[in-house]
Amino acid sequence: MNSHQQLLISRDKLLTMLRKMIEIRMFEERVEKLYREGRIQGPTHLYIGQEGVAVGVVEALEKDDVVISTYRGHGHGIARGVPMKAVLGEILGKSVGTCKGLGGSMHAPISAEHNIPLATAIVGSGLPIAVGVALGFKYRESRNVAVTFFGDGAVNTGAFHEALNLAAAWKLPVLFVCENNLYAMTTPIKSVFAGESIAGRAACYGMPAYTALGSDVLEVYETTLKALEKIRAGGGPAFIECRTYRFKGHGAYDLGTGYRPKVEIEEWLKRDPIKSLAEKMKSAGLLRDEEWKMIEDDVSKQLEAIVNEVLNSPVYGYEELASLVYSNPV
Amino acid sequence: MALLNMAQAINQALRYEMSRDERVVVLGEDVGRRGGVFLITEGLLEEFGPERVIDTPLAEAAIIGVAAGMAMNGLRPVAEIQFADFIFGGFDQIVSNVAKMRYRTGGQFSVPMVIRAPCGGGVKGGQFHSQSPEAYFVHTPGLKVVIPSTPSDAKGLLISSIRDEDPVIFFEPKRIYRTFKEDVPDGDYTVPLGVARTARPGSDVSVITYGATVHDALAAAEKAAGEGVDVEVVDLRTLLPYDREAISKTVQNTGRVVIVHEAPKICGFGAEIAAYIAERELLSLEAPIIRVTGYDTPFPYAYENLYLPNERRILDAIRKAASF
Repeated sequence: MNSHQQLLISRDKLLTMLRKMIEIRMFEERVEKLYREGRIQGPTHLYIGQEGVAVGVVEALEKDDVVISTYRGHGHGIARGVPMKAVLGEILGKSVGTCKGLGGSMHAPISAEHNIPLATAIVGSGLPIAVGVALGFKYRESRNVAVTFFGDGAVNTGAFHEALNLAAAWKLPVLFVCENNLYAMTTPIKSVFAGESIAGRAACYGMPAYTALGSDVLEVYETTLKALEKIRAGGGPAFIECRTYRFKGHGAYDLGTGYRPKVEIEEWLKRDPIKSLAEKMKSAGLLRDEEWKMIEDDVSKQLEAIVNEVLNSPVYGYEELASLVYSNPV
Repeated sequence: MALLNMAQAINQALRYEMSRDERVVVLGEDVGRRGGVFLITEGLLEEFGPERVIDTPLAEAAIIGVAAGMAMNGLRPVAEIQFADFIFGGFDQIVSNVAKMRYRTGGQFSVPMVIRAPCGGGVKGGQFHSQSPEAYFVHTPGLKVVIPSTPSDAKGLLISSIRDEDPVIFFEPKRIYRTFKEDVPDGDYTVPLGVARTARPGSDVSVITYGATVHDALAAAEKAAGEGVDVEVVDLRTLLPYDREAISKTVQNTGRVVIVHEAPKICGFGAEIAAYIAERELLSLEAPIIRVTGYDTPFPYAYENLYLPNERRILDAIRKAASF
């Protein structure tokens, strides 16, 4: 994409994208610190390095579109505007969390208000649900779209194929977004994948399938807009494979080294989505270093207040837990 | 009132709910053009159209996952799994997503959907058209599990299930779809979930069962009466949540318990009932609890009649309990 196209996006929109990516990055860095301090127990999967995907996709959506997230979903939630306090509350298992602390990190972005009904650790299982949400939209003749994020690990599950087939066969408004960070936990995708590419696999189902560089938020954003336009026009589902990389390990316990070549890690660290956008904005005269720093200071201050507040907040009442299993307690 | 068999009663329940509430949609393999492999959804496509009566591909994870997505987006889907034996392709969706949705989201989202599935043996269906997999689902908090044994209950329980805010697995004992008719109340008729029914009152021995074996138990009770043993037959109707009060009451009444189901014995639902009685009603017992169940083998095509808990095996157990 050339700089001329980028300038067609308003400065406000660019600043929003930059700010959201910085929020996700600094939030996750703070979460990692809390994990190292032993404040967080249990699986915690950081989004650092993939910010361009969540922000690029979400910024192209409408409010009533539905987002299906994954266990690496903190970034999806923050990009969608779920308050960082509620996301952190969920990660820390507090009642101020999005799910009252009953889900934990892997379900932290879930929010009815923000139309995120699902974030699941069962890889691939969100795709059929997104297809069902889309069928609901079609039934009600709504123009909304169900967007489902998933990783490269999901593309080898049966649910992936069942979902893509059905969405395409029935021309449903689904946007499939694969965050291909090249590894399913420690297994390189290329060692377990048959075929040319993930996008190529999706194209076999007769839907438009795009690729975008996940570290380029503008490319993700514009690709998403293009895909959504086709979907909203009734053309059926579309697919975007975002090539991306997690700068950290699979979970916070994992340093992400060992099974990933050093030279590969270094190569991807150079493609930082935040720096990349900030540099583009700077060279177009749309951002000054002081402004960038001001955003970081502001987010940092906000985070410190949130962390203290959440750490000192209560867990959900034990005696009330049973009432959440069923709508009408039995 | 109309004289209906169970298949007709279920069809009537679906038709009634679809007429009453346009959020109710039906989906599954061959449910539209064919009207379902057992013709339970016959006529619905003509009456309600292809947007509401949806023939799906042969893909159980998609059927159940899609139904869950629809349920979370304002609809009330009733998914049919053609045979209960086929449900495992969608097991992950049921157990990981559907059942846990409400709790995991801190009550933000519920999944008001029904999964209907013909279950049980007696039709020479072999290993994959005969099983009774209810225990897998009863073991999953967040679900409700229902198995009717009469046409009226089938209608009333299905309407209640469709109107429930939570996901319901609705097993239909296929061998009694068309074996008998009874008067079924017209129109808006519901049977509450979680409430058992005394299929036959008695004072000497309690047979606790559900689904098709209710009828085998009633036949055995009739024979036992000829031998001077007065048998009470309790039809649980809902397995999750099951009616603990009704079980306590019948155990206190007779002190002698026979539990009957088609599924294998090991960790079958009977084990839960027996454990409940041991925990809560031990001092009411006059005899050891006896379970009459399928055997701990895969479902045997050639020996179906030996595998199923028939009248003779139930009668033997009743005699043993009565004479202890």
